[in-house]
Amino acid sequence: MKSKSQLKLLLEIFTVFFKIGSFTFGGGFAMIPLIEKEVVENKKWVAEEEVVDVFAVAQSMPGAIAINSATFIGYKISGKIGAIIATTGVVLPSFLIITLIAIFFSRFQDAVVVKSVFSGIRPAIVGLISTAAIKVAKASIVDKTGIMLAILSIVLVVILDIQAVFIILGGAAVGLTVYCLFPEKTAKILSNGGKKD
Amino acid sequence: MIYLQLLASFIKIGLFSFGGGYAMIPLIQREIESHGWLSASQFVDIIAIAEMTPGPIAVNSATFVGYKAAGFWGGLVATIGVAIPSLVLILVVSRYFFKFQHHPVNKMVFYGIRPVIVGLIFAAAIFVAQTTFFNEGITLNLNHIFKNPLSIIDFKSIFIFALTLIGLIKFKINPILIIVLSGIIGLLITV
Repeated sequence: MKSKSQLKLLLEIFTVFFKIGSFTFGGGFAMIPLIEKEVVENKKWVAEEEVVDVFAVAQSMPGAIAINSATFIGYKISGKIGAIIATTGVVLPSFLIITLIAIFFSRFQDAVVVKSVFSGIRPAIVGLISTAAIKVAKASIVDKTGIMLAILSIVLVVILDIQAVFIILGGAAVGLTVYCLFPEKTAKILSNGGKKD
Repeated sequence: MIYLQLLASFIKIGLFSFGGGYAMIPLIQREIESHGWLSASQFVDIIAIAEMTPGPIAVNSATFVGYKAAGFWGGLVATIGVAIPSLVLILVVSRYFFKFQHHPVNKMVFYGIRPVIVGLIFAAAIFVAQTTFFNEGITLNLNHIFKNPLSIIDFKSIFIFALTLIGLIKFKINPILIIVLSGIIGLLITV
């Protein structure tokens, strides 16, 4: 019985990540709205405030953000085998689509239909990522320090072109500094679990 | 053995590229050039194709390069190669992450990291917006911008962006449906 429900769970993990892989246009961050909808809201595999942690780990490690996040979430749901299934699911759509394009289309990217469809999807991605950012912000910014850190990192990335890894390390350093130097603030943050309210 | 070469190259790419997607392009380019797998113009094609198809840019380009270099199995081997480092590293990290998740030090580290990630997500939105809302090519021509400032703005994109926001916030439409609908709108507007 147990193995049957385990198999069902793995199949669900595969389906969800296959779906996410099929509709993630424009890089790793475009996955966030899909993860929010499928993994957090529908399946409740990951809590709202944990989504940020997933991306913190995915961004700090080498490799594609989409693969890293899928592996991490898959591991959280169902251990090693869950990680492998989730990764396979998220990679498979790309593999199939690109193989078909490589076999059948020599100038896929110049096709008028493809260009027009993509010209519509691109601005939608901006909308999807920004609404996801607002959602994630609500769950993960708990005080003024958080607001300042968020604004500072936007400036560092957009204007000064600093790599994400360094910015994440900087954020970690701020957290550690508060822990070492401000015990009262630390106690307050820890008492509400680092969450709002 | 071209399969082994593809596997080794893409493991290397997966292992040494931080920041995902576009940060990987120079690394992929170096590997392709040193092995002579693709021509320079084919490489430009890959980026365009990877952008216009769903999925991680790393996977898309691995599959494409592998296929062009050594057929179906080449594509498969390269794709597995680019995913292996992530899979192994994340598995190791996850074990420790979930073990120490509730430790005060770990909690405080994430207290600092979470807002920064929010910033990175906003920055990603800004990057896509920059290339979407402004017409390419004209941006550098200052003379043109002063004469006709509105010409650099792509109103069609901003219109679709606004529709997306309304759909997402007011009507809570599923993101997948949003992508399908926006693709259809893009097609209808151009045709």
